[in-house]
Amino acid sequence: MTGPERINKSGLALFRSRAIMATLLVIGALTIIISRMVWLQVDNHAHFATLSADNRIKLLPLPPPRGNIYDRAGRVLAKNISTVDLLIEPEQVQDMQATIDQINTILPLSKEEVDRFKRQKRRTRRFQKIPIKHNLTDAEMARFAVERYRFRGVELGVTQRRHYPYSELTAHVIGYIGRINERELKSIDQNDYAGTTHIGKTGLEKYYESYLHGEVGIKKVEIDAAGQIIRTLEVTPPIPGKDLHLYFDVELQRTATDALGEHNGSVVAIETATGGVLTLVSKPSFDPNSFVNGIGFTEYNDLRDARSRPLFNRAVNGSYPPGSTVKPFIGLAGLEQGVVTENHRISCHGSYRINGRGRKFRDWKRGGHGVVSIDKAIYRSCDVYFYDLAHSMGIRKFHDYLDKFHFGRRTGIDMPRETNAILPSPEWKKGRHGENWYPGDTVNVGIGQGYFQVSPLQLAYATTILVSDGRRIAPRLVARIGDTPTLEKKDSNSPIEKIDEHHWEAVIEGMIHVVETVGGTARRIRSDDYRIGGKTGTAQVFSLSEDEEYDEKGLRKELLDHALFISFAPVETPEIAISVIAEHGGHGGSTSAPVAKAVMDQWFLESGSVH
Amino acid sequence: MEEFGYSPPPQKKSGKAFLHLDLPLLTGLLLLCAFGLLMLYSASDSDVGLLKRQLLHLGVAFGILFVAAQIPPSVLRFVSPWLYVGALLLLVGVLVMGEIGKGAQRWLDLGFIRFQPSEIAKLAVPMMVCWFLAMRKLPIRPLTTITALALVLLPAALIVRQPDLGTALLVGAAGLLVIYFAGFSWKLIVLMSVVLGVAVLAVVNTPDLLDLVLHEYQKKRVLTLFNPENDPLGAGYHIIQSKIAIGSGGIYGKGWLNGTQSHLEFLPEQHTDFIFAVISEELGLIGVITMLLLYMFIILRGLYIASVAQTPFRRLLAGALTLTFFIYLLVNTGMVSGILPVVGVPLPLISYGGTSLVTIMAGFGMIMSVHSHSAARY
Repeated sequence: MTGPERINKSGLALFRSRAIMATLLVIGALTIIISRMVWLQVDNHAHFATLSADNRIKLLPLPPPRGNIYDRAGRVLAKNISTVDLLIEPEQVQDMQATIDQINTILPLSKEEVDRFKRQKRRTRRFQKIPIKHNLTDAEMARFAVERYRFRGVELGVTQRRHYPYSELTAHVIGYIGRINERELKSIDQNDYAGTTHIGKTGLEKYYESYLHGEVGIKKVEIDAAGQIIRTLEVTPPIPGKDLHLYFDVELQRTATDALGEHNGSVVAIETATGGVLTLVSKPSFDPNSFVNGIGFTEYNDLRDARSRPLFNRAVNGSYPPGSTVKPFIGLAGLEQGVVTENHRISCHGSYRINGRGRKFRDWKRGGHGVVSIDKAIYRSCDVYFYDLAHSMGIRKFHDYLDKFHFGRRTGIDMPRETNAILPSPEWKKGRHGENWYPGDTVNVGIGQGYFQVSPLQLAYATTILVSDGRRIAPRLVARIGDTPTLEKKDSNSPIEKIDEHHWEAVIEGMIHVVETVGGTARRIRSDDYRIGGKTGTAQVFSLSEDEEYDEKGLRKELLDHALFISFAPVETPEIAISVIAEHGGHGGSTSAPVAKAVMDQWFLESGSVH
Repeated sequence: MEEFGYSPPPQKKSGKAFLHLDLPLLTGLLLLCAFGLLMLYSASDSDVGLLKRQLLHLGVAFGILFVAAQIPPSVLRFVSPWLYVGALLLLVGVLVMGEIGKGAQRWLDLGFIRFQPSEIAKLAVPMMVCWFLAMRKLPIRPLTTITALALVLLPAALIVRQPDLGTALLVGAAGLLVIYFAGFSWKLIVLMSVVLGVAVLAVVNTPDLLDLVLHEYQKKRVLTLFNPENDPLGAGYHIIQSKIAIGSGGIYGKGWLNGTQSHLEFLPEQHTDFIFAVISEELGLIGVITMLLLYMFIILRGLYIASVAQTPFRRLLAGALTLTFFIYLLVNTGMVSGILPVVGVPLPLISYGGTSLVTIMAGFGMIMSVHSHSAARY
């Protein structure tokens, strides 16, 4: 296409005429600009000169106070407190290091504080004041005030600081705010954030940023020739951000957290009538207050690298094999799709082979459970029944029915960055592992193992759907924004269509027997005050080969099974649904069920709870 | 490529070529940059550090001009399509990475270097259109025109999505100017201007039309362009302050370093986009006209070089790059003096900043290359 370049007059005349035309246009345009300048600088010079001489008016932004966050009983979970900070305006300082050294002689500065200041200085626009020391005491303020004349560009300033009184207890729910970074700066309207330095980074603080922030106000001030403010002329006050009122109950959260004891894990409780999330425990947690003013490198690295991953929100983003807790859902899938009937019985001898051949899938109970119906299969948690059921059902029907309960899908909770976990299907396995689906895979997912993964929130949501007649109200933490109730999302799902009411009752009956029948796997949490239904589960952390024995005592703690439990109460008209996961807790019945019980006891029996 | 064994005849055209540099053009550029440094010193409140950084930018930019001037136009022409395709891929890359990062993103980070692909597009787009049109019969036919327009609009659309309206306009203008020089029908030019004018009027009068294509906050930004008074803390305030600065300068100005508007920080971004207001305030109408004459000299020299160039590719390239430089000047001065909407376009060669400086100087390097390398004779 591009041959040797040769002199070529093609279009020369055309070009020259166009160039002449262009020159005329350039001259024309510059004439317009110059006329404009003449109009401004000659015709209206006197007018603008006056304005310039009187130009003492400056507009200052007034950042709005951020909305508070309250739990269902009106306890404050996030608020603004005034603190006095020591601020530096770098453009005013001649020798930064000398100034910092001098401050250090009056008010001792830690290395963290100096590092944080330097980091913020690099990231801040010009002519902005940057805090070097936060939260000064009266004595410190006095000490600096005396020496103030020595420091040009250094001053005391009152700033609003976000404070989270419940600290670790609410960190994964409320999240935290932090300094606006470069990327966030580009995605927000900079005028709305004039004067605002912080923005929601995680949790509700991020999800509801637009409501919590409010609207910026403007202060018109008169300044003198040196730029100092003489007086205020006019104020358009800022509109404060809206408060959030949650379904969440911080004391219930405390009970759930304490009940987990030494275990890490998660407890999610949902109010069935509203979808309101009452607890959302992710343990271990962290102190969100450390993040508000920029966390130090060491502290952050420790949190990030800790084996227990305190920054990770297990409740929303965790991914665990559900184990036997999904058996009620699988049983319902079998009944509703006509794979089995309520009268269907199998004989359990402690193991299962597909069509009587090949690999042996073992039941958790060596000798087996004898003759087993759906009811007993649930309350005894018989594996063989569900191996057989899953195999008869096939992965396609299995997937399509469990999908209705939002397994493998986001629940739609009002939290940022929710993850899907995994409801496996042949397409999923092909895409993820590049392998075909085998019948053995179906057998494994039949007891909630294999590729099946759920988040604690999904598990609680699925339980809610199961015990509220298939109604699907996306879980929500926030009940009201200011005075306005959060409306149900428009795309909230229609209820699951029931084929036969009795199928649902049968499965729920099985779950009641888990707690109430002799031999039920969670019989120890039976209560005389109200009736509980539930299902235990144990999720393998590592797999045993066919002939190996699981030796509880011989295993290190990290290799112990996760203990799971889902439950609801009261069984007559369920008000609350709970999922509990205690990592490496061993057995669902002994470790996790008591946690759910503790939450329910508080909810139903103690007067402190607000319904 | 120059043919093997052929040595170019000595240059006989006006302007002495030394190392392929065009001395009149170089003189004009140097004068303007020196003037820019002086004004930058005042606009930045005598910030020597900032001045040093800008000197570094200038050094790099003139280095690139020198290198570009050494590359024969035949080579420029050869690389044009590749550069264009590369720029398109980078623009798509930026958008994809922006999607992932969930925010506006203009920079591409290759680990060892960070740059804005839209800057490459400012040169690659006009070069590509020159390459495409230079082999066509001129004046161009309608089908050719449409293809050329597509070549311009595709990258411009990608840049709008970043979103960077100012740069998209400049890239679009650079490409359209090539088509203009290749004989874009006057009828169509008039038609397009009318359509554009009607579209702008429609948007200004019934802003709700924008709901169809834009988010609420994007709509707000677009409307602010045409009506700065809507935005008391942002553009509206800036324009008012900028007009006061210019008007109070009068015929003779308040004198260098004596501008009150800029030094009391009434002016926004005094050393970048709004430096023209500082110049007008301190040097007055006389200073402004002198500066515009200097610009005029550079532009006329560029157009002259284009008119005496030996091949269509060279003519189109030199002509379009020169006029793009003029568009910068027009948009910036128009915006600062309050007759054009506020889009972030710097005053070329004077505003603080390295990125656009390098692009402009690379363009002038190419113009010098056009003038100082000889094409093969028949």
